[in-house]
Amino acid sequence: MTDTGPLHTTPLHALHVSLGARMVPFAGYDMPVQYPAGVLKEHLHTRAKAGLFDVSHMGQVLVKADTGAYADAALALEALVPVDILGLKPGRQRYGFFTDDAGNILDDLMLANRGDHLFVVVNAGCKSADIAHMRAHLPGCTVTPLEDRALIALQGPAAVTVLATLNPDVAAMKFMDVRDVTLSGVTCIVSRSGYSGEDGFEISVPSEKAEDLAKALLAHEDCEAIGLGARDSLRLEAGLCLYGNDIDTTTSPIEASLEWAIQKVRRQGGEREGGFPGAARILAELAGGTVRRRVGLKPEGKAPVRAHAKLYADAEGQTEIGEVTSGTFGPSIEGPVAMGYVPTAFAAPGTPIFAEVRGKYLPLAVAALPFITPTYKR
Amino acid sequence: MLKFTAEHEWLKLDGDVATVGITQHAADQLGDLVFVELPEVGATFDKNGEAATVESVKAASDVYCPLAGEIVEINEAVTTDPSLVNSDPQGKGWFFKLRLANIADADELMDEAAYKELVA
Repeated sequence: MTDTGPLHTTPLHALHVSLGARMVPFAGYDMPVQYPAGVLKEHLHTRAKAGLFDVSHMGQVLVKADTGAYADAALALEALVPVDILGLKPGRQRYGFFTDDAGNILDDLMLANRGDHLFVVVNAGCKSADIAHMRAHLPGCTVTPLEDRALIALQGPAAVTVLATLNPDVAAMKFMDVRDVTLSGVTCIVSRSGYSGEDGFEISVPSEKAEDLAKALLAHEDCEAIGLGARDSLRLEAGLCLYGNDIDTTTSPIEASLEWAIQKVRRQGGEREGGFPGAARILAELAGGTVRRRVGLKPEGKAPVRAHAKLYADAEGQTEIGEVTSGTFGPSIEGPVAMGYVPTAFAAPGTPIFAEVRGKYLPLAVAALPFITPTYKR
Repeated sequence: MLKFTAEHEWLKLDGDVATVGITQHAADQLGDLVFVELPEVGATFDKNGEAATVESVKAASDVYCPLAGEIVEINEAVTTDPSLVNSDPQGKGWFFKLRLANIADADELMDEAAYKELVA
């Protein structure tokens, strides 16, 4: 993920600058961390109305079998991703992850059945590695990165109202539906999903039409541009993992409490049991549990407890038990929120533990995730 | 007398006691503060010692003690309501009062005109 070359820009770069965004380098891109309203207000606006996020830095990739059959592409990808891709219905999307031979996570991704092929969205920092991984390990498939498309996320309770002004058909979509939708005269790939814990959409749009579309959405009084700062606090309150922080090549999906994403058909006794990198470990952990787990953490005080803070069983800092992987102030919770890894014996909600912050041992409680109640339209 | 540091703190001198806070420029750069931790009354610091911590949603930042001295009063109002630092950084959003170890130390700090030039 280290990129010492010049920063890439997205098709919305000029728009961010014109809106007064503070731009920062992120995964090799010059991205808006916040706009003049600031992270706190942007976060609250997204939970109250609708926020527009530029996520064009993420990788959009098509996976198509040479036979032209969805099933062949799905079965090939199942050899890299331990979820039920074959059983995903046309026009539906699902969360998954690439695993390595040790059973750890190479990246997490969204997968959609687009009828005769898969549409995959991967993290910006991992996209070249993911594309190389798929090209090397998907025999009989063509892997095509969509270099000429932007990705716009529209999130929040008013997202559907805002998007429906451009095409009322989107109101009929359910959480994790994916379809072609004509917006401002251009065909877009629209999914009803996101990374905020709110109802909302992600819109893949041809690059040359991206700014027009973003402006059309921002013209709605309920819609504001939101930066990466608020994107992070929104996803953390929603209990969603950030690759590189909460999950990486040192964490297995079961340690990361992501077993919900591994459907029965890929588990022990399932019709397509295993058959993915690291299956022996992951299936064993599904059956027998793990030594440590990713959990929510709620500090008792007002001080944010941030990533890499050490966790202890005792208030004196004698027994180190783990580490915070993400932590911030949750504007909707009106207090600090965090997540991290603890031994399974400490993973039950309510378990009191301590985090070291500036030489003090602050009390916090293991908490159920998410911290907020999601508003997905199931 | 009002003085400024390159670390974006202001000091209002009254005899050997300086009221200390962060500048409007610093408050704007930090964004909405959600947490402020102040030193204890009676604590002593060297120049540039880490005297306080401010946190936005995004990050934690240290506030340095602008000169050597002893904390004689703290502004609990900003720990209760960190947004005071954003709304009135050079007034109600002050952090602490510092009894200077050596009043002459203040001479080396910037005046308002020099600070304005720095952040211009």
